[in-house]
Amino acid sequence: VETFDDARLLAPIETTRPRFWFFISTLLIIGLWGAFAWWTQLRRGLSVTGLNSPVFWGLYITNFVFFIGISHAGTLISAILRLAHAEWRRSITRAAEVITVLVLFFGMGCVILDLGRPDRVLNVIRSGNFTSPLLWDVTSVACYLTASTIYLFLPLIPDIAILRDRMPSRRWLYRPLALGWTGSEKQRRRLDRAIAVMAIIVIPIAVSVHTVVSWVFAMTVQPMWHSTIFGPYFVVGAIFSGIAAIIIAMAIIRKAYHLEDYLKPIHFNNLGLLLLVMCLLWFYFTFAELLTTYYGGEPMHMVVFLSKTEGKFSPLFWTMVVTCFVVPFALLANRRTRTHVWGTVVASVSVQIGMWLERFLIVVPSLSSPRIPLTAPSYIPSWVEWSLFAAFVAMFILMYAVFTKFFPIVSIWEIREGREHSVDEVTTRVLSYLPEASHE
Amino acid sequence: MVIDLDRCTACQACVVACQTENNIPLADHGDSECGRGISWMRLASFPDGEHGTRPSLRLIPVPCMHCEHPPCVKVCPTRATQTGNEGLVGQIYARCIGCRYCTTACPYTVRQFNWKKPEWPEPMQDALSPDVSVRPRGVVEKCSFCHHRLQRARDLAQMEGRPLRDGEYMPACVESCPAEAMFFGDLDDPRSIVARLTDGPRAFRLLEELGTKPKVIYLSKGESGGDV
Repeated sequence: VETFDDARLLAPIETTRPRFWFFISTLLIIGLWGAFAWWTQLRRGLSVTGLNSPVFWGLYITNFVFFIGISHAGTLISAILRLAHAEWRRSITRAAEVITVLVLFFGMGCVILDLGRPDRVLNVIRSGNFTSPLLWDVTSVACYLTASTIYLFLPLIPDIAILRDRMPSRRWLYRPLALGWTGSEKQRRRLDRAIAVMAIIVIPIAVSVHTVVSWVFAMTVQPMWHSTIFGPYFVVGAIFSGIAAIIIAMAIIRKAYHLEDYLKPIHFNNLGLLLLVMCLLWFYFTFAELLTTYYGGEPMHMVVFLSKTEGKFSPLFWTMVVTCFVVPFALLANRRTRTHVWGTVVASVSVQIGMWLERFLIVVPSLSSPRIPLTAPSYIPSWVEWSLFAAFVAMFILMYAVFTKFFPIVSIWEIREGREHSVDEVTTRVLSYLPEASHE
Repeated sequence: MVIDLDRCTACQACVVACQTENNIPLADHGDSECGRGISWMRLASFPDGEHGTRPSLRLIPVPCMHCEHPPCVKVCPTRATQTGNEGLVGQIYARCIGCRYCTTACPYTVRQFNWKKPEWPEPMQDALSPDVSVRPRGVVEKCSFCHHRLQRARDLAQMEGRPLRDGEYMPACVESCPAEAMFFGDLDDPRSIVARLTDGPRAFRLLEELGTKPKVIYLSKGESGGDV
């Protein structure tokens, strides 16, 4: 049965305007430029970066943490909203889940970029050492990628079946992926069960991923890395930047595909509220971390602390405070700005900048002040590092855009289910919370 | 290893000896400018004395500490760095993936990374030590306490059917020290000279509070002895 929703949500797949190709080509050019940068690095080694001794890690590791952080958007938020039966989730879960799956590749890619010998990367499996937090990371991210791919795919099946029946020219793709979906009662029950199970499984995995990322730092004895709150601090930061990523993605989709009816200001408002909560949590963690360091006053920790608050990293540090807290808090705590799409979008862009800076300020300052003095220049990222960063962002957006051309970015069947069943379901649910009306 | 700072003249003979012994590539001006020169033994400068009144620098030779609890070994994802039978922390260049986790985890920053392909000027290429492998670009290296010398001594002991004795070999840095400020031997052997030297009140270790238990022990009667 053809519905109004089908036509609107399938439009991006069925028709492609020239503007889209222009957009894709621009991204491809940035991607090719990145490929050139990578080729340069493969040819001449890591000497083309700005890294040195003792700043052995820089932009690549910053981006690794940043990308893995963004991956927390999708799957985790979507799983929580599904489990909480948050009805407003229906039009945003898909857009969120895709972010996770795609961005994870780029997160892992950053680690490969950082290796001195990328050709030997399989040694991690061949002679893996499980006392290394880096291997915990590999394991945890691999689990997360698998689980979130399944979690993205399951709710896609009914939509793929719609596409299979509608687009004969792409049957080769949709037929095998639809797994013989007919929409029978039995299939539906199984799908619901499977989605619910996956939604529960992905939550602990997601939490483990960013905890383990933080442990790469926290398990060393280096000043301002060796911290017990790093696990939860990173998870909070990850969800924070993740929600911001969803908001930005939704705003772009909404505009590009004219889905204003599906991605309404109320969706932005609700996500904005979540972002506000994470903003406050982020501030709380950052404050707790810094105050503890300051009060303890250990000399080595203070060197790093002061380099952030008043030393050479202070411009970045205070920009971080403004972009991670002041700007989003001001915009999101205010109903007038939060209820507008632009308000949450500006807050989200600000959060992305701030959270990237936060990652950078975790990685670089600690390495810049080694305990045993070592004279070395400051770390200034090279054009190769910046180019690869730009290329990764561009390729991520490109893959995301390509996804929207093959699969509905707003779940068709879930919207339909919302219209057909949920209204009654919610009414019954609400009534079940209340005392029975008297049966006189 | 014991380094007597009261005898050390900071002449850097150990640094040079190490450089030649272990085929460490020469750093050109550009490399040093960007902080990419490699040295397994470096002189770290600690500001000494009160600010303004008696400004001076204290230079301390810093090789790999060969810690008993090495922070680098446990973080290596590929077991490319391990503690050997004699307690020395070794690096397997052929297995290292160059992730530099060990270099960031080491609180002494003694681990070095090969940012580029090692190169020597033409005449020096034939003068490389045949006992020490030249490391490829992209891997981590560090002081091995002249592991190749240990291997030779170990082989000799095995051939003669006896255990390795204290003082049977010494690293190039110790051998070259003109001030006789460096000593090398078996710390587990209570009769060894190093064990006896470390018994006194002058002995201290770098960053002792981190619990890494370095096997490089410094001797100094200066005021700043204990707290560097």
